[in-house]
Amino acid sequence: MNNRNDCFKKCLLEGICSNNPIFSLMLGLCPTLAVTVTALNGVTIGVAGIFVLLGSNVIISLIKGFIAPQVRIPCFVLIIAAFVTITKLILQAYMPLLYAKLGLFVDIMVVNCIILGRAEAFACKKNVIPSIADALGMGIGFTLACVLIGSIREILGSGAWFGIKVTGAGFNPAIAMILPPGAFLTIGVLMALLNNLNEIKKRRSKLI
Amino acid sequence: MEINVARLIGIVIASVFVNNYVFSRFLGLCSFIGISKKLEVAIGMGISMTFVVTMSSIITWPVYHFILVKYHLEYLNIITFILIIACFVQLVEIFVCKFNQALYKALGIYLPLITCNCVVLFVTLLNTQNETSFLESIVQGFSAGVGYALALILITSIRERLELAPIPKNLKGVPIAFMIAGLMAFAFLGFSGLTLE
Repeated sequence: MNNRNDCFKKCLLEGICSNNPIFSLMLGLCPTLAVTVTALNGVTIGVAGIFVLLGSNVIISLIKGFIAPQVRIPCFVLIIAAFVTITKLILQAYMPLLYAKLGLFVDIMVVNCIILGRAEAFACKKNVIPSIADALGMGIGFTLACVLIGSIREILGSGAWFGIKVTGAGFNPAIAMILPPGAFLTIGVLMALLNNLNEIKKRRSKLI
Repeated sequence: MEINVARLIGIVIASVFVNNYVFSRFLGLCSFIGISKKLEVAIGMGISMTFVVTMSSIITWPVYHFILVKYHLEYLNIITFILIIACFVQLVEIFVCKFNQALYKALGIYLPLITCNCVVLFVTLLNTQNETSFLESIVQGFSAGVGYALALILITSIRERLELAPIPKNLKGVPIAFMIAGLMAFAFLGFSGLTLE
């Protein structure tokens, strides 16, 4: 029992840190950059991502024995598309304002490489419990990355965080940060910083 | 049927320059970063992308208007479109493999990857959302492909030269590619002042 718990935790942590879908696997970049104008948008797309990942990973790991390997990709895509449609209808019904902001980027999640990639690399080989852990870990990692990028862009670009003003009156927001170029620059700088951190870690472990 | 040429040209300019699919809508970024290393591959990818996007706009328009709308199944559009695109890409792959081995080898795994490119699905969904006419949908699809190819070829030519440039070690590879994409997005922002009637 203890062993199984450890495995669950390991899968969960891997998705959040060492195998973060955005910064280390570089999957699913499009929604991450497109909608993260504000931190709130980042949270929404992240939660939608967790839901779709969880649903598709569970279903795929349950039916993996019945799908012929030649047609597995179309089957996966169909299952994912069904979950994305559910998400879209829920968002449209209960959060129409947010849906209007995110627009087609919720629909586009069907072809998000994180979801298909996890289905192909993980869920179709493992049992249900590890698949749930993997989906949660990847989803949370994706959400954190979206919120991080969204926060940086919102604070620098409009001087607010989750819609609340956080900077003083003397701060002149850089509008470029909420325009497209800001997204590219933010993720470029973040990736360079992460590379640097990994480098320092490696050097330390060598010294010891 | 009346054909409004000015409007069609407007669509082309809007989606190639003003709202470039890569630089201002952030679509197709995975392949944009992933395969922008060699110019020949980038050109091949750009051409096959353009072909697939155009053809899928041609196929999805009648399916949406004559089947989904007729039976009030509009909410199934995502599922239907992704199936059509996946099948179509598979078909293209079989054809290319059968008739042009050289091209097939050059494109390699990039051909099946087009299914997973967000540009294709986005354009078909955009066409249904904006309720464009058949001809406009085709033009929209074609110019989306051209815009994507333009962005891909531009960044590949820059990245080929960057290989030789002295860059800080931590910036090498993907981070610098993103920063260059950011600078190019600044340049493309210059087009946003254009208004088209």
